[in-house]
Amino acid sequence: MAKFNKKKSGDLPAISTASLPDIVFMLLFFFMVATTMRDTTLKIENKLPFADQVEKLDKKDLIMYIYIGKPQEAFQGQYGKESRIQLNDKFAELSDIKAFIASERASKREELIPFLTVALKVDEGANMGLVGDVKKELRKENALKINYTTKKGDVKDN
Amino acid sequence: MAKRSAPEVNAGSMADIAFLLLIFFLVTTTIETDTGLNRKLPPIDDEKVEPPIIKQKNIFTVLINGKNQLLVEDELMELKDLRKAAVEFLDNGGGVGEDACSYCKGKKDPKSSDNPDKAIISLKNERETKYGVYISVQNELVAAYNQLRDRRAMELYGKTLKEMEANYSDVNWIGNKENLKEKIEKIKIEYPQKLSEVQ
Repeated sequence: MAKFNKKKSGDLPAISTASLPDIVFMLLFFFMVATTMRDTTLKIENKLPFADQVEKLDKKDLIMYIYIGKPQEAFQGQYGKESRIQLNDKFAELSDIKAFIASERASKREELIPFLTVALKVDEGANMGLVGDVKKELRKENALKINYTTKKGDVKDN
Repeated sequence: MAKRSAPEVNAGSMADIAFLLLIFFLVTTTIETDTGLNRKLPPIDDEKVEPPIIKQKNIFTVLINGKNQLLVEDELMELKDLRKAAVEFLDNGGGVGEDACSYCKGKKDPKSSDNPDKAIISLKNERETKYGVYISVQNELVAAYNQLRDRRAMELYGKTLKEMEANYSDVNWIGNKENLKEKIEKIKIEYPQKLSEVQ
């Protein structure tokens, strides 16, 4: 009889954990790929000024960004050294703001349109002339809620 | 030489390493939120509407010229003195009768503003003004308003306006939110932000 008695091994066979890292890496890669930091690539220099009386600007989907500043060195040959406006990924003229606001508004739900804010990301070295022109353009389009985007800091550093 | 098979490397702890990386990046990644000075632009003027007549003493003019110098009420001023000057102007409370201001602590100079509701700060700039300077000035002026509002809030409710607003947006705060909102509104009405940006 002893012949048929298989020797029972008491311990369980170890589960191979070799594929666990693959699973985790898959997760890691998934999040790395799926996370988009939606941000426009800047073609201008954009060193924001400092201020300390700032308010937080949340609800990112309700913000339209207008960038103003000197073109970066790679673009200076083409666009010169004077401050320019950048909308989305392109250099723009003052007259393009109208279309930009309209397209941003069209992409939002109607009830959210009054809450849209324009964030002016202006380089601290820019002249107020251009900023004033942009503000005038915004007033024409009735986009009156604006935010001068700044960094938190002391005004003495400006 | 006898062939020896290479011993198998234990890969079990690889998962731990990968998790560690994942968690590290999860924790350290901060999606930065922008901060800034909120402003409201005036709508384009209707030509039919007559602009209201404002007494000269109720206007506090700040001009930044093309050389980034500050001209406050036609006098040259340093940026560091601007906040104090603005507070003095807003809090003057020189009005009498209907225009009297019961909560102002200023000098009650009849040549300066009547009350905070009538006081208007007019900020002008030239085309050559540097944006950084302009923001500094705006910041100082907003600071003057905030200082007065905070002082008033401390007097009335023993808290600064910032704390009250933080409480208001805090979900876990225990207390009457309606009441708190009224209090915040009251302070904002007593010291309204009347800052005009002239083109």
